[in-house]
Amino acid sequence: MALAGLFLITFLVLHLVINLLLLLNDSGAAYMQAVKFMTTNPLIKIMEIFLFGGFILHILIGVTIQIFNWMARPKRYRVEGFSHTSFFSKYMIHTGAIILIFLVIHFINFYFKKLGWVAPPEGVEREDFYQMALMLFSNEFYAILYMVLMVFLGFHLNHAFQSAFQTLGLNHSKYTPFIKGLGTLYSIVVPLGFALIPLIILISKN
Amino acid sequence: MDFSLKIWRQKNAQSKGKFVTYKISDISPNCSFLEMLDQLNEQLVTRHEEPVAFDHDCREGICGACSLYVNGHPHGPDTAITTCQLHMRKFKDGDTIVIEPWRARPFPVIKDLIVDRSSFDAIIQAGGFISVNTGGIPDANAILIPKSDADYSMDAAACIGCGACVAACKNASAMLFVSAKVSHLALLPQGKIEAAERVQAMVKKMDELGFGNCTNTGACEAECPKQISITNIARMNREFLTAKVCTQKKRVLAGGGA
Repeated sequence: MALAGLFLITFLVLHLVINLLLLLNDSGAAYMQAVKFMTTNPLIKIMEIFLFGGFILHILIGVTIQIFNWMARPKRYRVEGFSHTSFFSKYMIHTGAIILIFLVIHFINFYFKKLGWVAPPEGVEREDFYQMALMLFSNEFYAILYMVLMVFLGFHLNHAFQSAFQTLGLNHSKYTPFIKGLGTLYSIVVPLGFALIPLIILISKN
Repeated sequence: MDFSLKIWRQKNAQSKGKFVTYKISDISPNCSFLEMLDQLNEQLVTRHEEPVAFDHDCREGICGACSLYVNGHPHGPDTAITTCQLHMRKFKDGDTIVIEPWRARPFPVIKDLIVDRSSFDAIIQAGGFISVNTGGIPDANAILIPKSDADYSMDAAACIGCGACVAACKNASAMLFVSAKVSHLALLPQGKIEAAERVQAMVKKMDELGFGNCTNTGACEAECPKQISITNIARMNREFLTAKVCTQKKRVLAGGGA
């Protein structure tokens, strides 16, 4: 769970960096070059298998653990949940489920189009992710949905980062405060970075 | 002070159980929570009703017998105390107080507010000990122990095994209890010898008994009457992972001498 999560956390940074290339004023040349590299490089192809594996593992283990955890308390409390906890930690399955729904939409919007499973929009090549992304983000409804989703991603990541280290036993009086700080920073900066892209595209369009 | 008490009443392990509301008045603010329940029980007995069954023993916060999930908190709303150390002045006059037993699959209700916590004993029996031969008392400083290790070990050893961590955890996980028991031995040279076997055996037992998994919410640490830190859970995870990775396959030994 923690290892797969940390792997996905690393992947998100790379994903963000490539997405930010969308904002360059070069008609998508840099972005498409990055996309081309990511889709053709044999090493990346191998990593892609690991990435899908990481997602599947993370989701399957997450759901299984959650079911066992619900089973561990068959009779619930009348008054519950007043203990002081890290807030987002209590809703990981919920924020996770929201992210999973988005992931499916995300696959339909991009990856399945590349594979040819879903027809790309008219007049757009099936590997032209730049045009696809621009079209999606120009749609106010999708752009707002995307930005709201990033908030939930932030909630998920906020607990995820430091929790992964705790699960792996990496707790230390000197470094844990730093890890917690870094996790909070990460959970704000990365979703904010993602959310800025549709915002800027929308603003520049109008 | 006057209170309205919503108490879980359950005749035995098989029966269904329900909440019953009792009114109690003229309670001194300096009365302890369990003394308040004693007064309620006296009134119930005089009315020829069945008194409320609840666990208690030392009534000074060291035995771990008392439990009670009071208004959404194990051991009530105060921090770092057991229910027996809770005073009625922590509540407001006229409050409704909801009193429930610990809820977890490995802690079945026996009667009213009493749950069977022998699953904790089973975890201890699986490895929460050191194998030493009895004999003469060893010299106090024969084994040198760094002061900080001794302190951390003592912090973990403060666990009284009450089960508040399980009760507080949204997953009914026993990780804080088990990690405290693993840690206080693993930190000392006497305990290090069997540390790898111990952590594996105790975690295996904990999983078998049906406790939930740890998702690092920190509710256990917040409610623990002995303020056991979740750094112990990290230590146990560390011990467990290294034990799983590094332990050699068990050798099959031939019987007899050679």
